Formats: sequence, C-alpha cells, structure tokens
Amino acid sequence: MADDRDLLPSEQPVQLLDASGRPVENPALPLPDNGRLLAAYTALVVGRRVNDQAGALVRQGRLAVYPSSHGQEACQVGASLVLGENDWLFPTYRDTVAVVTRGVDPVEVLTLLKGDWHSGYDPYEHRVAPQATPLATQLLHAVGVAHAARLRGEDTVVMALCGDGATSEGDFHEALNFAAVLKAPVVFFIQNNEYAISVPLARQTAAPSLAHKGIGYGINGERVDGNDAAAVLAVLGGAVEAARSGSGPQLVEAHTYRMQAHTNADDDTRYRDSDEVGPWVARDPLTRMEALLKRKRVLTRARQDEITERAEAVAAAMREGISRETDPHPSELFAHVYAEPTPQLKEQAAALADELSRESD
Amino acid sequence: MATDPTKLSMAQALNRALRDAMAEDETVYVFGEDVGPLGGVFRITDGLTAEFGEDRCFDTPLAESGIAGLAVGMAMNGMRPVIEMQFDAFAYPAFEQIVSHIAKLRNRTRGRVRLPIVIRVPYAGGIGGVEHHCDSSEAYYAHTPGLKVVTPATPADAYHLLREAIASDDPVVFMEPKKLYWAKEEFDPGDTSRPGIGTAVVCRPGTDATLIAYGPSVPTALEAAEAAAQEGRSLQVVDLRSIVPFDDETVCAAVRSTGRAVVVAEATGFAGVASEVVARVTERCFHSLAAPVRRVTGFDIPYPPPKLERYQLPSVDRVLDAVDDLQWEDDQ
Repeated sequence: MADDRDLLPSEQPVQLLDASGRPVENPALPLPDNGRLLAAYTALVVGRRVNDQAGALVRQGRLAVYPSSHGQEACQVGASLVLGENDWLFPTYRDTVAVVTRGVDPVEVLTLLKGDWHSGYDPYEHRVAPQATPLATQLLHAVGVAHAARLRGEDTVVMALCGDGATSEGDFHEALNFAAVLKAPVVFFIQNNEYAISVPLARQTAAPSLAHKGIGYGINGERVDGNDAAAVLAVLGGAVEAARSGSGPQLVEAHTYRMQAHTNADDDTRYRDSDEVGPWVARDPLTRMEALLKRKRVLTRARQDEITERAEAVAAAMREGISRETDPHPSELFAHVYAEPTPQLKEQAAALADELSRESD
Repeated sequence: MATDPTKLSMAQALNRALRDAMAEDETVYVFGEDVGPLGGVFRITDGLTAEFGEDRCFDTPLAESGIAGLAVGMAMNGMRPVIEMQFDAFAYPAFEQIVSHIAKLRNRTRGRVRLPIVIRVPYAGGIGGVEHHCDSSEAYYAHTPGLKVVTPATPADAYHLLREAIASDDPVVFMEPKKLYWAKEEFDPGDTSRPGIGTAVVCRPGTDATLIAYGPSVPTALEAAEAAAQEGRSLQVVDLRSIVPFDDETVCAAVRSTGRAVVVAEATGFAGVASEVVARVTERCFHSLAAPVRRVTGFDIPYPPPKLERYQLPSVDRVLDAVDDLQWEDDQ
C-alpha cells in the first residue's frame, strides 16, 4: 500500500525554471518539449495582451469592470493547454485568459463584463463552463461533470479552477470530498495569488500550504511555482494524465501573485504595501519563458515578431468587438428563464413590449 | 443627548452608527469579508479596525456560512455580532445558518438563547452590477419567522435603524439598498425621538392615492408623487422601513385615508413582500378601497445584465400607469 505521506505536496513548489529563466534540474519531471514550450509562450504573450487590453477598455469606459490575471498568465495558459478537446474547463471570473486560451473568442468571454449578458459563449462549444462569480460553487459542478463522464464511459478530465480565498468556502471541501469518494477525474487547480480582495493568505488559512488540504480527503496534493509556465505545464499535465488514468482527483496549488488590484473598482493601497509587488515583477512568467526559449535558441526574432503580431491582432479584434454596439433586446429577458415561458412571463413580456412601443410612439 | 445635525451619505451614516455602537457597547463586534483594513467593498466599516482594533472589527476567512455560524456562537456567549454579507447573492451560502439557526434558536430553546445578531446585506440593483451583486433577497428572510427584516431609504433611517438593530435582542437582517449609499441628507444622530423598527412612516402627504414602498423604491415613489402633483393628483407615500415587524396600523390608516393604493418594490413580484402588503391591505381595508391594490415590481426573471437592468427597475412611468389604473372613473 502506498505511503499516505505520498499524498503530501513537495516541500517547495515545483520549479523547472529559476527566476531568470534558467532550467532547474528535476529528475522526476522533464522539461516539456520545445513545441509545447513555444505554444505556451505564444499563449502567454497573447494572454498578457488580452489582460492589458481589457484593462484599457475599462479605463475607456467600454467594459464595466475587469478582474485581471496580469502576472498569473502561466497558470491561465497552463490550465487550458494541458486539456484535450473532450475535457472540460470550469473557470472563475478572473480566468478570462484561460478561457481565451481554450479557444473562446475574447469578445464572447467579455460579454459578462461588458454587461450584455451573464455569459457570452456556448459552454458546449469549447467545453468551458460559464465563468463563476460566486466562490467555489463551480467546483462541485466540475465534479458532477466528471462523475457523469465516468458513468458514460468517457475519458474526460475536468479542470476546476479556484483562488486561495475560495478554499475557505464549504463548497470547496464538499467538492474535494465528493470527488475523492466518487474517484471523479477532476484536477482542482488553485491559483494562490496571496489575496482574496483585501484579505491576505495568512488570514485565510493556517495550513502549511493549500496543497496540504488534499491529504485530508485522500487526494494527492502538489504545489508548483505559478509563475513558471514550464513547471505549471508539466505538473498540470501530469495531474490530468493521473486523473484520466483512474487515479482519482488531483489537487494542484500554484504560488503566484495578483499584480493588480482585485478589479479596477478596488483600491489595493488600503491593504497592501506597494513594496510587496516589486519582487514579483522579477518573477514575471513571460520574461522567464522568453529567456528560456532564447537560451534554447527556439525563439528567433522572426518568430517573436510573429507572436507579437498575433497578440496585436487579438487585441485589435477585442477593441473592435467590444466597441461594437450589441445591446441585447429587452425581450430576451423573458426568453431563457424556462424552457417554455410561464403564462405569467408571457404576460409580463407583452406588458414590456407594449410599454416600449408606447415609448417609441 | 446633544443635538448635532450633520450631513452624511447613507454609507457614512451606517459607518457612524457602527462606530457609535462599538464605542458605546464593548460587546459589539463587526466581522465579515474585507471589512478590516479595506473597510468593506462599500466602505461601510471604514476605519473601524484602526479605531477599535483587530479583535473588534476583523476579516474572516472567505465563507459566509462560517461568518453566520460564528456569529451564533459569539452571540450565545455574550456578544453582539454585526456581520457583513458582501453582496445579496453572496449571502446564500449562509442561508442555512440564518434560516435554521439564527432565526430559530430562541424558539428552539423556549427563549433561553437570545441571538442579538445583525446581518448587514447590501442589496438590490441600479448600480450596473453583475448577476450575483443585485438581488432583492428580502422575501427569503421575511418569510422566515424569527428574523426582523429592516431596510432604510434615507441616511437618517440608516443610522437610527442600525443603532436599534444592534441594540435588539432578536436577530435583524439589515438590508441596505446599495444604490442609495451615496445620497446625502442632513440629520441629527442624537435625536432619539425617531420612529423605530416596526414602524412605517408617511414620508409625503397626499389625498388621492397611497404609494407604499421600501428601500430602493422609496425615491422612485417620491418622484412619482412629485410628477403626479404636477398633473394635479395628490399621492401619499408610505416608507415601510421595517418589513418584519410589519406596521399594519400606519399602512392601513394611510390606505383608508385615500382609498387607493399601489405597492412599489424592486424585487420580483411573485410571492414577494409586495404581495404580502397587498394581501394585508386588502384584508383589512377592503371596504375603504375604491380599486384593487396594484403592484409595480420587477419582472419574475433573474436579475438582468447591466445593459438591460433599466427594464427591470420600477420606473416613475410604471408607477404613474398603475395609479392611472385605479378606477378613477368611478369617482366622477
């Protein structure tokens, strides 16, 4: 029988790159191949551009709000790149870049934050659940999708995302326990960015790490340097394969940092020292991956230009798409509440239509 | 108490009420998510940790059920917890603690356990917020025996009702209409003669019909009354202030004085507080009524996205349309 302590995470977060992008020898975990590294770098550059473009659109008043994952892009792109076509992603409101990396049009993703509708994409098209605003509730949904997949004989794995704050919610614990008991193929991926709005991790948990929470449920826990895209890819890739091969749910905690305020509506000077941010700039996931790829001579000038161009094209499409007037029609308010609107809803829809036609007279 | 008229927004009035209550009674504790150094996402608890220390106003782990359950235990052990649910829809994980325990422990123990807990809930829309930040959830609480449900519409009421809620030996769900947080009013925090919890007030006199509103809908009702006055119709406005206990006396006296009534509420109409008001008024004032009591409420839909929320909120025009429908031709 395996030693229970095998469920505990490593003493330090797994790293494959040091802060300056030099490879760190790890006998248990080889560096992903050049193709995967380059794909990750491309997604990182695009992801950073999506974050910064969305921030700019907020400042211009074209988006109501944007919870940025600036600085967390390695986690964002890693979570999606390790999934196969038939796998599922369950993201939160801060995981726009993960959703975009999965292939969803950024303009559709930002429908929520533009205020047109609660979710702008078809969850079945790319197997991405709506971004969750409440905390940790999506984790149980992820377990349900995974359990159903197992019952249906599919080899689907579900990637369930949450932040450090969400680990305090009851639903987090229920999801881990259900997944473990049902042996559901779920990878719980916690992006520990040190803050739940204003509340630092030390006030959120007294556990040695969030990955330590796994052992209590009989779940394998691992932790990874969340600003090291190579390590995130390798660790999450391993977790997905373990879940797929019947080893049950996996828990991965990424150590990263929320570089910006909770959203543009938040004022982080009220609760954190700006000195705190500096060291994390030096651990930026993009510069580390870029340094590695240049060292490996995989990233040529021409290729880098190509990637930049691609990121700019995505940003331009975002600007164009978000600026487009797409006001939803008020009749839609009644269209989706039930499969078949109730008699009362039909009456109310008619009353609103009548009111609007009188207004336009 | 010395009079000290001061001009405050509702947010500032609530902050002042918490500060004054904490200064006066050392058993008052404030906790929740981001209420410490940040001062709450709406700044209602601004400065309380700095002034009273980390024990008296503190950030909890992110778990609403935990916050409410902790409050039960602290209240059982001599304290007066004032807890913040960050948003209306974020309070739902705490629903079991609120509905099964906070509301019922007094009854369960034949009155031996009292729970002087205030659950502050920023609620309702009109701020362009996302789906889970704009619910009008008052009916869930009002439907649960054992909870008082209070909702101010002015800074003065916010101050005085919150002070009274904190002093109450029963749990109070204190619903704060977040779109009114920033409107200012001059009032006297030292004025102890104001009507308390359980009392509705007539906030605009009128003789032709009565508008009954609460929380975020009170300004809409007042605006509608102003617009009606321009057209020669005199509308009386009643602000409920307290949903539970309900002030049948004031509401019914008002309706009897005009013989016509419209209830205005932002929440979805079906099985809502507005329906309860209509039922009570109809049962008690039937023979004084010249027309059925009408409701102007939100549609029976999940709260809309920001671009569509204006269609959901009761408007002055909808209130005036409802008033027009009160069978005026019978008077001629």
